Amino acid sequence: MIMSNELILSRNWSRAYSWTMASALEAGTYKTAADALRSGRPPGELLDEVKRSGLRGRGGAGFPTGMKWGFLPKDNPKPRYLVINADESEPGTFKDRAILEKDPHMLLEGCILASYAIGAHACYIYVRGEFWHQQRILMQAIADAYRQGFLGDRCFGTDFKLDITVHSGAGAYICGEETALLTSLEGERGYPRLKPPFPATHGLFQCPTVVNNVETIANVPYIIGRGANAFAAFGKYEVNAEGRPVIDSRGTRLMCASGHVNRPGVSEIPLGIRLIDYINDYCDGVKDGKKLKAVIPGGSSCPILTAQEAEQVEMTYESMARFGTMFGSGGLVVLDEDTNMVWALHNLLRFYSHESCGQCTPCREGTDWLYKILGRMLVGKGTESDLAEILDIADNMEGKTICALAAAATMPTRSYIQKFREEFVAHFTKGGVPTDSRGRYRVPATVRQ
Amino acid sequence: MTLQFSNETKATFDWLVSRYPEKKAALLPTLWLAQKEFGGWLSPEALSYCARLLDLPPSKAYSVASFYTMYNLQPVGRYKLEVCRTLSCAMAGAFDIIEHLEQKLGIPCGETTPDGKFTLATQECLASCGTGPVMQINGEYYEENLSAARVDEILARLP
Ligand SMILES: Cc1cc2nc3c(=O)[nH]c(=O)nc-3n(C[C@H](O)[C@H](O)[C@H](O)COP(=O)(O)O)c2cc1C
Ligand code: SF4
Ligand code: FES
Repeated sequence: MIMSNELILSRNWSRAYSWTMASALEAGTYKTAADALRSGRPPGELLDEVKRSGLRGRGGAGFPTGMKWGFLPKDNPKPRYLVINADESEPGTFKDRAILEKDPHMLLEGCILASYAIGAHACYIYVRGEFWHQQRILMQAIADAYRQGFLGDRCFGTDFKLDITVHSGAGAYICGEETALLTSLEGERGYPRLKPPFPATHGLFQCPTVVNNVETIANVPYIIGRGANAFAAFGKYEVNAEGRPVIDSRGTRLMCASGHVNRPGVSEIPLGIRLIDYINDYCDGVKDGKKLKAVIPGGSSCPILTAQEAEQVEMTYESMARFGTMFGSGGLVVLDEDTNMVWALHNLLRFYSHESCGQCTPCREGTDWLYKILGRMLVGKGTESDLAEILDIADNMEGKTICALAAAATMPTRSYIQKFREEFVAHFTKGGVPTDSRGRYRVPATVRQ
Repeated sequence: MTLQFSNETKATFDWLVSRYPEKKAALLPTLWLAQKEFGGWLSPEALSYCARLLDLPPSKAYSVASFYTMYNLQPVGRYKLEVCRTLSCAMAGAFDIIEHLEQKLGIPCGETTPDGKFTLATQECLASCGTGPVMQINGEYYEENLSAARVDEILARLP
């Protein structure tokens, strides 16, 4: 039973007990890995196939996956590691959770193929601590894979050895940042590390390491099994007169819709469709027939789009960039006409000031100042100079810190203020009481300064 | 009295250590084991015990544990209620749930009821944004159509 939106990643989700080994075997999962390993396919061939597919990272930055694997040094005698980022904590994002719950075996097959391609014999899956239920499902899946002989000293009866271990986080957004994740895996406080050196050369335990998102790796069995072209048949790819790609957004993505939509949830979309079509066709439009005000396209760290921009933007990495934003983690939040933007930004800045790891002064202090200024604005006590102050603080944070959390806070901040400036001004000129027609945006005592 | 893992937990610990090339990497998982085994929180003794198992100074265990919000460095109630307060949930009415709980339990977020039954806390995005507002009780998700009335029902069923 193939439904139209069961493309690559979600194609097994409607099976009964889709998370079990029995269901996975029936669906043909692990066949691709078994074939590749048993026939002794050269690992370089797998790497080339992933390169040709155009797969880009689904964790946030959209970095080409094959290229990332290719950065591992060829002459380094140290062991290599594959680390899967299942920290999923970017506000608005809940797609990796769907893979862990509904098809953990697709992820595991991806881990086997990716490890084989890069020559890793140990793979760690770093799962956020709150996902203990999902961790149980994944651990069961791993135990079953060992029992079947798919993992261990002789994967599929070959000489290839692979151990996969689930490592639980313990509640820290910053551990989603790849270097913080590695530090955390090593048993330390989750502090990001300065790059370079990059994980490709100095990753886990200072060994060559690839860090990839859950969704990224879950695509790999399809790419290896059916070929790069089959994968690239989904999505959008266009070249210019010189043959250079101008749009390179191949494959599908799991999008997570939340906020003011009639049908929130995870759906798999082919890249390249219009964002507004996604909202209308996949999410049944804006909730309660309200008008659209703004869209956060890919998690809270992405600059916001106005309704007008949302009408034009396509779901490709390039179109998002043209509108000054990013695809990010695929966490799309829809805001309707009644949403108070000062309130929304205040909420997000509380998140970033809470989650800053505190290593860099500009980020530790800056996120806190931004949050405090927004708190003042929210209760109608802001001033015109506060707006200038916010931009000045943002200037002093961006590019001056170890990791991108600082920019993840300032980029959306700039966009809210730039695109909804009148609303921010109205808050202090009209003493704006933060409330909407449904009384939702009053400031609860718990968040008042 | 000195703390010690049960034989079963000790076996899990030994297995965990075998999964990493460096012993220290097992610190987070070991803290999880200790929190579960020693009453839902990490006392100074529990932290020292974990550190000793891994040949680390006790200060290391404390330093690491205090970085992560899910390690409780103080005793918590029998039920830890955590409500997500980040944007999508907040838009869906999370603060109504939080205020309702504060009134119902008579404690502000971050505290435990005098009878030791409930600890109330807020959380950041729990990756349930599509089904918010969401609450976790001892780590278990309660996420479909959470309302004040639904919260009352859920709490009433807890022994
Ligand atoms: C503050 C911050 C938080 C991040 N959180 C996550 C996360 O929760 N999950 C994730 O996969 N990537 C996250 N990333 C991106 C990772 O650093 C990294 O780029 C990604 O895991 C690489 O995998 P990919 O190439 O497959 O996308 C985060 C980055 C930053 C700067
Ligand atoms: S930018 Fe912020 S989160 Fe990143 S390392 Fe510096 S203080 Fe920590
Ligand atoms: S915002 Fe509450 S779960 Fe994501």
